[in-house]
Amino acid sequence: MSFKLPDLKYDYNALEPYIDAQTMEIHHTKHHGGYTTKLNAALEAENVSGKSIEEILGSVSKYNMGIRNNGGGYFNHNLFWEIMSPNGGGNPTGDIGNAIAETFGSYDKFKDEFANAAATRFGSGWAWLVKENGKLKIGSTPNQDNPLMDVSDFKGQPLLGLDVWEHAYYLKYQNRRPEYIDAFFNVINWDKVNELFKG
Amino acid sequence: MSFELPKLPYAHNALEPYISEKTIEFHYGKHHKAYVDKVNGMIQGTEFENADLETIIKKSDGGIFNNGAQVWNHTFYFEALSPDAKKAPEGNLAAAINETFGSFEQFKTDFANAGAGLFGSGWVWLVKNKDGKLEILQGANAENPIRDDYTPIMTMDVWEHAYYLDTQNARPKYIENFFEVLDWSVVEKRF
Ligand SMILES: [Fe+2]
Ligand SMILES: [Fe+2]
Repeated sequence: MSFKLPDLKYDYNALEPYIDAQTMEIHHTKHHGGYTTKLNAALEAENVSGKSIEEILGSVSKYNMGIRNNGGGYFNHNLFWEIMSPNGGGNPTGDIGNAIAETFGSYDKFKDEFANAAATRFGSGWAWLVKENGKLKIGSTPNQDNPLMDVSDFKGQPLLGLDVWEHAYYLKYQNRRPEYIDAFFNVINWDKVNELFKG
Repeated sequence: MSFELPKLPYAHNALEPYISEKTIEFHYGKHHKAYVDKVNGMIQGTEFENADLETIIKKSDGGIFNNGAQVWNHTFYFEALSPDAKKAPEGNLAAAINETFGSFEQFKTDFANAGAGLFGSGWVWLVKNKDGKLEILQGANAENPIRDDYTPIMTMDVWEHAYYLDTQNARPKYIENFFEVLDWSVVEKRF
């Protein structure tokens, strides 16, 4: 069995003007594609088969760095494309809307805290909204680590992930990571986040 | 003490076509400058207020370390680039490279592999260890080998911002370009 690079459910230019088409195409085909290819090669080399990506990440300490890095990169980008949509943005609705208001005080306060986690992750990494024991939490992880990994300091079920590797924004925003973070809120697919929250 | 952004010894477009003017404008004019401004702000009222960068690299942690080390790293990186680069080392440095790596070509291959294989953001270093021997080291994010008592003699930035406008995901292409503008006469003097 091997993992496949998923197709996007929207065109590369669909998230314009927030995320540009060139970035989307390189990010999906080259970066995510690269993680997928390297993950499969690393799993084959270690004779790992028949496991879901979630299972692999949950016990990633058993494996080498190639599986950790590329497995994380594979899962994280799968989620990233899913939790964005050209019809996204606006206030979170439904159960996740209520849970965010309850946990953080308001959607604006949630945005501040999430943006801060994304802006202060030094180097490459991801900012996260996760659910752990029914509670929402915001945090970040370095490189392609994620909250499913047993090696991660920050754990939980990922509901929302924001890629803050420079490749995610450099062609359009260069050094201005905070502008990219602001733009991201306009494309969040809250329907998908709700689905993950209930799941 | 307040740190200053050092002047570049070449024009912003001087490293073209290997490193573009736009990359230098952001990398030097925005990233390097921001590290200078941030460390200057952060050391105010701390024990590092009058420290030099080497002390900051050896003793500090968190934001002061990250920004202070990044100032040092970028200064060291930019000052070894040149439009009239000497493309290969001579003399003692050439002999030391041959002794450690077998040949200059083998060194370049090893160094390029260390750059391509560094996952995430960071730096690849050519250093002298305590015995005076050369080593190639990888450092994540702002890491600097001075902290571990090595003497850096050359470095390559492999943060994506160093090359993304020019070669995007193709880091190995950037590494090839880097060797076209790396001035070994500067590295010889450090050695
Ligand atoms: Fe990415
Ligand atoms: Fe840099």
